Amino acid sequence: MIHSPYVRKQVSVQRTMGLVLLALLPAIALYAWKIGTGILVSLALATLTALAAEALVLALRKRPVGIALGDLSAVVTAWLVALSLPAIAPWWLTVAAVLVAIVAVKHIYGGLGQNPFNPAMVAYCTMIVAFPALMSQWPAAGALDFDTQLGLILGSARELDAITGATALDALRTGLRADGASVQSVLQGPAFGMAGGREWEWVGLGYLAGGALLLATRIITWHMPAAFLGTLVVVSGLFWLIAPGQFASPLFHLASGGTLLAAFFIITDPVSGATTPRGKLVFAAGIALIVWLIRSFGAYPDGIAFAVLLMNMCVPLLDMKTQPRVFGHRNEAGESVRTGERRP
Amino acid sequence: MIGRLFKFHGGIKPAAHKDESAKAPIRRAPLPARLIVPLRQSTRATATCIVEIGQTVLKGQCIGEPEGFLGTAVHAPTSGTVVDIAPHTMAHASALQTRCVVIEPDGEERWIEHAPFDYHGASRDESLAWLRACGIVGMGGATFPSHVKLGKGAGIETLILNGGECEPWITCDDRLMRERAADILAGAVILRELIGAREMVVGIEDNKPEAIAAMQDAAAASGHGVRIVPIPSLYPAGGEKQLIRVLTGIEIPYGKLGGDYGVQCFNVGTAHAVYRAIAHGEPLLSRIVTLTGNVEDAGNWEVLIGTPIEELLQLARPKPDTDRSIMGGPMMGFALPRLDVPIVKGSNCIISASPTLFPPPPPEQPCIRCTECAKACPAELQPFELYWFGRSKNFGKAQEYNLFDCIECGCCAYVCPSHIPLVDYFRFSKSEIWARERDKSAADQARERFEFRNFRQEREKAEKAAKLAAKAAETRAKLAEGGEAPAPKTAAEPGEDPKKALIAAALARAQAQKAEVKPQNTDNLSADKLAEIADIEARRLAAAVTAPAADATPGADTPAATVAVDAESRN
Repeated sequence: MIHSPYVRKQVSVQRTMGLVLLALLPAIALYAWKIGTGILVSLALATLTALAAEALVLALRKRPVGIALGDLSAVVTAWLVALSLPAIAPWWLTVAAVLVAIVAVKHIYGGLGQNPFNPAMVAYCTMIVAFPALMSQWPAAGALDFDTQLGLILGSARELDAITGATALDALRTGLRADGASVQSVLQGPAFGMAGGREWEWVGLGYLAGGALLLATRIITWHMPAAFLGTLVVVSGLFWLIAPGQFASPLFHLASGGTLLAAFFIITDPVSGATTPRGKLVFAAGIALIVWLIRSFGAYPDGIAFAVLLMNMCVPLLDMKTQPRVFGHRNEAGESVRTGERRP
Repeated sequence: MIGRLFKFHGGIKPAAHKDESAKAPIRRAPLPARLIVPLRQSTRATATCIVEIGQTVLKGQCIGEPEGFLGTAVHAPTSGTVVDIAPHTMAHASALQTRCVVIEPDGEERWIEHAPFDYHGASRDESLAWLRACGIVGMGGATFPSHVKLGKGAGIETLILNGGECEPWITCDDRLMRERAADILAGAVILRELIGAREMVVGIEDNKPEAIAAMQDAAAASGHGVRIVPIPSLYPAGGEKQLIRVLTGIEIPYGKLGGDYGVQCFNVGTAHAVYRAIAHGEPLLSRIVTLTGNVEDAGNWEVLIGTPIEELLQLARPKPDTDRSIMGGPMMGFALPRLDVPIVKGSNCIISASPTLFPPPPPEQPCIRCTECAKACPAELQPFELYWFGRSKNFGKAQEYNLFDCIECGCCAYVCPSHIPLVDYFRFSKSEIWARERDKSAADQARERFEFRNFRQEREKAEKAAKLAAKAAETRAKLAEGGEAPAPKTAAEPGEDPKKALIAAALARAQAQKAEVKPQNTDNLSADKLAEIADIEARRLAAAVTAPAADATPGADTPAATVAVDAESRN
C-alpha cells in the first residue's frame, strides 16, 4: 500500500543529472571552438565506455539496467572524466580512466550514491600516477586541426613538442623552479593569456556560466563554490601580496587549470561531498587550501584531484561534527528559543 | 512582537487545490440511516456507556460518561433509538476497532433540554467541567481534550487560533471562518478568559483572503483586540509548532507543549465548538467535513459525528475511476482501508483519489545525498541520514540524530528526486524502536516473574516434603496401633510400605467424593440460557483478542499483559 504523502514534486535523479549535463554545454562548446574539436571525440568515447561499463556491471550485479542507465549519472561521470583529461589523450587512456571511475570507484562500493570518493577524481589520479607524461600533454589552443587531434587520440605517432604544450600551471612551475625566473617574466610566455592559460580562460567562463545555471536551478547551493573560490583567493592573495615574484596572483589561480570546473561541477558532487551547510564550507575551503599548496609547492601540475580525494576522506567526520541545530533544540549559547528575521 | 512574523526552516509549496471545494457554502448533510458513535472520542480515553440497546435517546443526550482525566462525554448526535452497542472499525490506517453506540435516527431531531452556560458566574473548574461534559476536543485532528489543554489558567501569555489549514485540498476551516467568523471569535474570547491569556492572535495562511477578510471584519466588530494575522502559505505553516514559531518566534521542542512556553494553540473549529457549548449549551455533535478530489460536487458539509463515510461520500458523487478515499490531506492523510467507518470529531476531509489525481510514485532510486530533504525539513533534521540509519537498522544512531523530532509532515518525501518514501522509513524506525522498548520492559517483567516462580516452587516443594513427612509419621503411628485399615484398602497388606498405604487412602477418598457429587445448577438449563452463556463467552473471548490491538499507544500495559499470558501458558 502507498502511504502519504500522495503528492510529489516533479523531480528525478534523471532531471538533476540532465541539468548538470546541460550546464556543461557552454564550456564544452567554448572548449571545442577555442582549444580544439578533439574534446568532442573524447566526450563521445567516454560516454560510450561509461554506458557500456555501467550496463555490464549492473547486469553482473543482477540489478535493473534500464532505470540506472536512464538516470544519466554515468554520463555525468564520463563527461567530467573527459573534461579532466587532456583532450588529445590516446583513446585507451580515456577508456581506462572511465572504467576506473565506473567500475572500481562507483560500483565496487555499491553503485549510485554509495561511493565515498569522487569517481572522476580517482580516475584522474590513477592516470596521472600511471601515465604522467601523457597526462601533461595538453593541446595548445587552436594549434591542431581535427585530423591531427583525431590521429593523436587514435594513437598515431606522437610528434608532440611542436604541437602540444604544457598547461599554464605547468609552464609557471617549470619557469619558477627550473629557470629561476620570476612570475611576471614567466607570464610573458606564449602559453599565457590575460589571466590564465591562453584561450583556456574562455573555457573557464563557460564553466562559470554553467555554475550559474546550477545555482539558479538549485541543483547546488552557494556554500561550496563560495568557500572554495573564496579560500583560494584569500590564501593565494595573501602570499602574492607578500612575494609577488614567487607566487601567482589570485586571478591566475582562478583562471588556470581546473579551478572553475572543480568549483561548480567536481567538488559539488553530492554523493562524495559533505552534506551539512557548515560541513560544505569546511569541505570546500579544505580543498582550496590543499589545491593552493600542491600548486605552489607540490610536484603535480594541478592538485585538485588529490585535494578532493583527501577531503572526501574527511566527509564522515565533517558531517558528524557539523550537524545543524534541530528545531526547538538548544543552540551553543544555551538558548532554547530562537528568533528570526522579519518577513514582509 | 506586534506585526512581526518569523520564518521556519524549509517547507514546501504543493499545489493548493483549495478552489474545488472552497467555493460552495457549507451544506447540512442529510441524516444517515444509522449513526455509529464511538465511545472513544478523545485521545487515550474511552467513555463509559450509559445507554442500553433499545433505549430511545434525544439529540444531545449524553450516552457516554467521561472516564479519567483525559475523558470527555459522548452524546447522541440526533434523536432516535439505540440499536446496538458493539465494537466497530474506526477510520484509522490499521482499521482499529472501538466500542460504538449505533443509533437509528427517528428523523425528528428532538433536542434534549439545554441552556446556555453562564461561565462568568461559574468557577473556572466548573467551566472546564462543562466543556468536558459537552465533549469538546481539538478539532484540528488530534482530538485532544480542550479542558485539559486549558490547563491551570495561569502562565499563558498568548492564545493562538490556528486557521492555517496548510494541507492541500482541505477547506473546512476556510469555509467555517468565512461563514461563522463572529462565533469563532466569541469562542476564542471564552478560551482566552479561561486560559488567562493577555493576547490573542489568529494565524491564517494568505491563500485564504476571503476568510482573512471575514475574520478581520468580525474582529473589528467584536472589539476584543483580536489580531488576525495572514501568514505566508508554506506547508506545514498550519502545524501547531510551526504556527507558534511563525507568530511568536518561539520554538517548541519535541516532547514539550506550547503551554510550557506561555503559548496555547486551538483550532478555529474548536473555538467554534466552545462557543456553541457555552452560549447555547450544545454539546459537540457535528463538524464541517470537506469532500473533494475526484468528485462531481466538491464542497463542505456539516456532518453529524458517527455518520458512515460510505454514505457521506455519495453526497459529493465520486467519479467512476475513484480507487481510494484519503482521510485528511494528501501530505499527512491516509487511505481508508474500509469505508463503513464513522466520521469522528477530528475528521476534517475526505479526498476521493484516482490514479490520475494521485499517480503512484515512480520506482525508488538510490539516495544521492543531494540534501533536498534537509533543505525542506521544517524540523531541521537531516532526513537522508535518518534514512541511511533506518535502512541499516541502526536505530540508536537514528535516535541520536533526533528521529523523534520528525513530525512526519512529508516534505522530505515530496521533494526527493530519488522518490524514496522517506516518511515510511521513519515510521518504520520509530515503531521498531517502540517495539524494542516494549520488548525490553516485557523481558524485565518476565524475568522477575520467572525468578518469583522459581522461588515459589522451591518453597512449595519444601512445604510438601514437610507435609509428607508428617503424614507418613502419622500413618506409621496408626499402623503400629493395630491394622485398623479402612475397607477399600484390601490390596494393602498390613505393615507394607507407608507410601502405598497413603496412595490407597487417597484413592478411596476420591471415590467416595465422586459418589457424593450432586447435579450442578448448569446441568438443567433452558436453551435460551445456554445461548446467553455462549454469547457471553464469545464476547469475552473477542474482548480478550481485540484488547491488546485496540491500544496502539506506546508504553501501554497491554503488550506486557500479552507477554504475561504467554509466559503463563508456557508454564
